[in-house]
Amino acid sequence: MWSYTFRRVLMTIPTLLLVVTVCYLMLHATPGGPFDGERKLSAAVLANLQAKYHLDLPLWQQYLYYLKSLLEGDLGASFRYADWSVNDLVAKALPVSLAIGGGSLLISVVIGVGLGILSALRQNSLVDYLVMLIGNIGSAFPSFVIGPVLIMVFAIWFKWLPAGGWDDFKFAYMVLPMALLTFINISTIGRVMRGSLIEVLNSNFIRTARAKGLGLSTIVFRHALKPALMPVVSVIGPLAISSITAAVVTESVFSLPGIGKLIVNGASNRDYTLVLGLVVLVTVVAVLLNLLVDLAYALLDPKIRY
Amino acid sequence: MFKAKQSTLADTLSANLAAAPVEGRSPWRDARERFLRNKAAVASLVILVLITLACVFGPMFLPHTYSDTDWDAMSMAPTAQSWHLFGTDELGRDLLVRCLIGGRISLMVGFLATLSSVTVGIVWGATAGFLGGKVDTVMMRLVDMMYAVPYLLIAILMVTLLGREFYLVVLTITVFSWMDMARVVRGQTLSIKSKEYIEAARAIGVSTSSIIFRHVVPNLLGIVVIYTTVTVPGVILTESVLSFLGLGVQEPMTSWGVLIQDGTGVMESTPWILLFPAGLLSVTLYCANYIGDGMRDALDPKDR
Repeated sequence: MWSYTFRRVLMTIPTLLLVVTVCYLMLHATPGGPFDGERKLSAAVLANLQAKYHLDLPLWQQYLYYLKSLLEGDLGASFRYADWSVNDLVAKALPVSLAIGGGSLLISVVIGVGLGILSALRQNSLVDYLVMLIGNIGSAFPSFVIGPVLIMVFAIWFKWLPAGGWDDFKFAYMVLPMALLTFINISTIGRVMRGSLIEVLNSNFIRTARAKGLGLSTIVFRHALKPALMPVVSVIGPLAISSITAAVVTESVFSLPGIGKLIVNGASNRDYTLVLGLVVLVTVVAVLLNLLVDLAYALLDPKIRY
Repeated sequence: MFKAKQSTLADTLSANLAAAPVEGRSPWRDARERFLRNKAAVASLVILVLITLACVFGPMFLPHTYSDTDWDAMSMAPTAQSWHLFGTDELGRDLLVRCLIGGRISLMVGFLATLSSVTVGIVWGATAGFLGGKVDTVMMRLVDMMYAVPYLLIAILMVTLLGREFYLVVLTITVFSWMDMARVVRGQTLSIKSKEYIEAARAIGVSTSSIIFRHVVPNLLGIVVIYTTVTVPGVILTESVLSFLGLGVQEPMTSWGVLIQDGTGVMESTPWILLFPAGLLSVTLYCANYIGDGMRDALDPKDR
């Protein structure tokens, strides 16, 4: 286990370095600098600014400076929002994204596993069709179609909930975005859970347990659940990554002031440092999340520790 | 006597064979028949072809262009009057033509990005699988890395930095869509490489290039076709996400994602501006998914 952990941790370092380097080089290769706006700066001011941000140094030194500040947890200054560093902007936006994204991921694991179990136990029942329907809709309809439809139904027709926006973690504003993300996640988790539980329930050791005369709940929760959860754990990593994607869209649809909205705004404002900083931050989070999921998987399944 | 019996048996057999010549069945024909039996997949294929034809040829037969503004008919609901079958948007542009032109872009990006990512994936996977050893390890490690990266964010960064020209969007999507194909092709190549018939071919002195093109490539084709059809909806989806976020093709050019974005802004008063492009995109993705499933069922050797 320890050697696997060590190797797996070691593998994340090149991934992170690769992403940071490629993004940095791409950023550097683009024409136009941060200071050539509509108003031309005088040469002296420009030189001062460039010196302040180390833009007068050769590329590799700039890169090392960037890495150093990253290691110190400093994502740099925004090119567009005066007086705001990327860190400040992140500190404001991150709680929103975490509440929406993390919250809905937790909820959807619980609901998805529950629905998956029910539909596996009662195949071709109403619950089973529901899970299949959710799976079908979730896999075919993009989130930016489901989201506006939710708004149309619940905010415009029934006027139950606000159509979007954010008011300091007020519950009403969180319901629709979280419902959307939960729905998308359940469509995967429910399907995977259903499939794997059906497979496990058909295996020999479950037949033995049945033959011994164990009750259904003992069979499911004592014997079948743990092996059936393995595939679910393995999809949580990719799901967390696609949640990030979905969160970007969701925050756009519901205009929430989260990380995703910040990135999209930064991209349309050409706020390069902001986008780069956020991409690096989210990539680190995603890679670490993947690492955690892989380690959890290895802990659960001894076969994986090759 | 025994010998005589055997020879009569052989005679009747060969007579039977001569009487009813057995027609050879290629695996591709089997697959085609299996696919055609799958009603959902065939229906999806028909719908997708119809949508594609409508997008390619439809605008030629309609009286409007995608950028014509009709000041007498702004935000008009769907009507047969002057052929605004899908209604018009807030600038009075005909929504049907815009949906079809948008579909051209979405489908073309989908087609080109699929083509390029599939090519990259096959070459990458086949190379890794054939060479094996250290090269294989390094190449597949890179694929693992790509999987761990939140692709949409990097795509946003790339589009921001490189620009939003048509081919750049295709390039951006390609960069993040080739890994599935690479993994699958590598796996298949590895397993084919160790098969007996390859060993036999090598033993009777078939050259390496003949082995590759006569024995390996045909056996890869099935899985390549499956994963190509599976790639299509994902690629179309990525393009529409980018254009939905305002990072795809630029005005007055349009795509389904852009139209959906436009529609969400005005869905309270004029919901059809959202619903038509959203419906078209969803139907396309749905059909593409079903075709992918049908292809898998038809070609996957494991289920035979």
